[in-house]
Formats: sequence, C-alpha cells, structure tokens
Amino acid sequence: MKKQFILALFLALFLNSVNAQDRYFTRGAKVVFVSETPLEKIVGTNSQGTNVYDTKTGQFEFAVLMKSFVFEKALLEEHFNENYVESSKYPKSTFKGMVEDPSKVNLTKDGIYPVKIKGQLTMHGVTKDVATEGVFEVKGGKIIGKSNFIITLADYKIEIPSLVKDKISKDVKISVISDYQKM
Amino acid sequence: MLQIQFRYLLFLSFIFSYSQVSAQMDLLSAIEDSTPQKEFVTNSFKSTRVIAGQSIENVGAGVLDFRILHRFGRVNEGAYGAYGLDNATIRLGLDYGISKRFMIGIGRSSYKKEVDAFAKYKLFWQANGGGSPVTVTLLSSAVREGIDFSEPGRENYNTSRYSYSFQMLIGRKFSEAFTFQIAPTLIHRNLVKTAEDKNDIYSMGFGTRIKLTKRFALTAEYFFTNPNDLDEGYKNPFAVGVDIETGGHVFQLHFTNSLGMNDKELITGTTGVWGDGDVHFGFNISRVFTLSKPKEFRKGNKIE
Repeated sequence: MKKQFILALFLALFLNSVNAQDRYFTRGAKVVFVSETPLEKIVGTNSQGTNVYDTKTGQFEFAVLMKSFVFEKALLEEHFNENYVESSKYPKSTFKGMVEDPSKVNLTKDGIYPVKIKGQLTMHGVTKDVATEGVFEVKGGKIIGKSNFIITLADYKIEIPSLVKDKISKDVKISVISDYQKM
Repeated sequence: MLQIQFRYLLFLSFIFSYSQVSAQMDLLSAIEDSTPQKEFVTNSFKSTRVIAGQSIENVGAGVLDFRILHRFGRVNEGAYGAYGLDNATIRLGLDYGISKRFMIGIGRSSYKKEVDAFAKYKLFWQANGGGSPVTVTLLSSAVREGIDFSEPGRENYNTSRYSYSFQMLIGRKFSEAFTFQIAPTLIHRNLVKTAEDKNDIYSMGFGTRIKLTKRFALTAEYFFTNPNDLDEGYKNPFAVGVDIETGGHVFQLHFTNSLGMNDKELITGTTGVWGDGDVHFGFNISRVFTLSKPKEFRKGNKIE
C-alpha cells in the first residue's frame, strides 16, 4: 500500500513538472514608448522588461521597472521619474493577461502567429483593462513576441502640467519586443 | 482492492488539480529575482547647489549646465535703492558632467572679479536595498581674485590672488520630502589682509531641502565658522529660499546675508548682518543642454 502511495505521488509530481515545459520567458524585453507632438518627440526606452508566457493556459505576464527607462535628455528622465510616473512610489508597471486561443500558437514550429491579448495594465497605482494584438514569430529556434498599443496618460492619473501640454501628447504609443527562452 | 485504488485516484487528482491552481498564480514570480535590488537614490536636491554652496548632487553625464547666480543689493538700502534691486552681482558659470559621479565647473563672479573652477566627485552614493545610507561627495575648488591689488607699490605676487577650498559633502535623502547635508570645509587663502587673519579656516556647512509639492521646495543653508577664525567684522552666511521647477529650468530664489557665490567668498567674505537688514534677494537659474547622448540614443542604434 505504501509503495502504491509513493508511486502515485511521483506520478502526480511528474505530471506537474510537464507543465513548466510550456512556459517561455525573457528578462530582457525591450519596451519603448513614444510621445509625439508637433513641438517635440519624446522617446523612452527600457531593455530590462520581464515577460512570461504559458503556451498551455495562454497566461501572459509582463513587468517593467520604471527607473530603467532611458531618455535622450537626462533632465527629461529626471522629470519622468520625479514628476510624471513617480517611480519612487510606483516602481513597477505590470501587465497580466491572457492570449486568446493559445492552442493556435505552436512555438515549436516555425511560423508567424498573430494573437489577441487581453488583460490588465497596472501603472502609477492605477489598473485598467487593455486589449491589444500581437504576433509571435518563430524562426529557426528563435521566438520573438511583438506588440504595440496606445495608452492615455490621464487614465493612469499621470498629469501633464499646462506649461508643457503642447510638448507631451495625451496618448502615448508603447511597443514591446520579447526574445523568448524556454523556462 | 477497488476501494483502495479509488482512494489513490482521488488523491492523485487532488494533487494534480492543486498544481494547476498554483500555476494560475503569478507567473512572473517564477523568473523574478526576489532579493531586493540595490537602487541608487536620485534627486536629493533639485540642483547641484543648495543655495550658494554646493549640494551632494552632480549634473548628469554628458550634460552641460549653464548657471546664472544673481545677487541684488541690500534690502536695507531702502526705497531709494529699490530695496537692493539697483545693485547686482552676478556669477556666470558652466558645469559639465563627465560621468554620473564626476563633474567639473568653471565660473566668473562680478564681485571682486573672481574666477573659480572646481571638480566634484561622488564617492559614495546613497542607495536603497543594501547600499550606502548617505551620499558622500568630495569637492575641490580654486578661486582667483581678479581685482587690482590694494597696494600697487609693494611687490605683489600672482599666487597671492589664489584661494582654495576643500569640502566633503555628506548628505542623505531621508524621504521624498526631506534631505539634509553637512559640509565640513577647509578654506585656504594664500594671502590675508593682516598678520592676525588666518590663512586656513575650517567651517561646517549645513544644508536642507524640504519638498512641498512635486515642483516646489524650501531650502536653507548655513556655514558655521568659529568667529575667532574669521577676519574682524566678518559673519557666518545664512540663506533661506525656494526652488521652483518649470520644464527645463530650475529657479532658486532666496534671501541671504552673503554676496559670496563661491565657497571662499561665501564662508570668509560675508559681512552682512541679518538683524540689521543686510539681506540680499538673489536667484539662481540653471539651464541644461545635453552634449553627449546616452548610448541607447547615439547614431547607429535603432530605437523604434
């Protein structure tokens, strides 16, 4: 009886470990955001995003440290952290969502797989529903995930002072590129 | 037999479903480093100066900071002197960040036609998550007085014009709202007026910033030197002010009893007495230019 019990336990654990094989991740995802107005174009880039994708469940999670965004002008970077996103109060922004129809995506086979992703983006202490499209590109063992979406700064309580309202756009374009490894 | 098998099946399915449930929880925690990351503290002071004296902060790497320091005359000059606005002394200067920790600067003051140059190095940088509790910045500067010698008849040396100052700025950003620094200082003046006056003077500076809103802060600065060490009739400098931030400029407005805009003049050259109304209104303006872009933005690197 004891032997059977131990066998059952091992079986359960084995079945559990198979799950981890379905996960892909990166710790160097590139996140770029662009604010463009006729007066000024502001670009912030971050190459330390963390991203995990579970091909079985479709779970898709993303996190970026706000302080890791680099700007062309040091003063802009300082203002971004101190006055706009207040990175000391809200150090991380996260996205937690699901890829629709994950079974249609086969990351072991070369191909281009367009997907729809739905989830919640938490930034500056505010959580909002976000729905966007992305694409997984698989070629010769390399797996790249890309997605673009637009967010409205006011939705996340990020204030633009009237003095600079013509230099910062109300909507910001965000693009994400992840180069995945198997977990 | 059947009963026992069923029990095991139940147990198996329970374990299996449990592992599925835990998988639904945070995926990111599986890859994220749970150890606290060391994070350097930034923006303890809004500017590289507290008011007239230097702060623990440096200018960014590759950034050129054009600084105008302006002091008006004394408020007790009354209405005829427009409460000091009729008189003005200015220091124009350029600060440049060679790296995140090392900056240099040069400037010229209209008061006594002094040219000063300094080098400033951040030795220890306050960090959260297991770093230094304070920022320690070392400062070394030299000043050359440009006005004509008071006695052109005697033999005057070029070296007599020079003074040097050395500071170890130690400061800590206690919270978003409050920063405090101390500044042990040594001033060496090559030439002093009388034999009783000291060539080497030790002083202790205190500087603070209290941030009231995202763009507005109160500042205060005081240098204490033993009155016996200062020349006869000279006082300790004390200033209070506000920092206002707008886009690319930082405005520092203040009241001070000193016209000194470099360390030597500030600490050893102050004659004003606050109680007598020998108070000057002054302001500092700072405008930054990015001379050297961060590597992510240099030509050849595609961002978008």
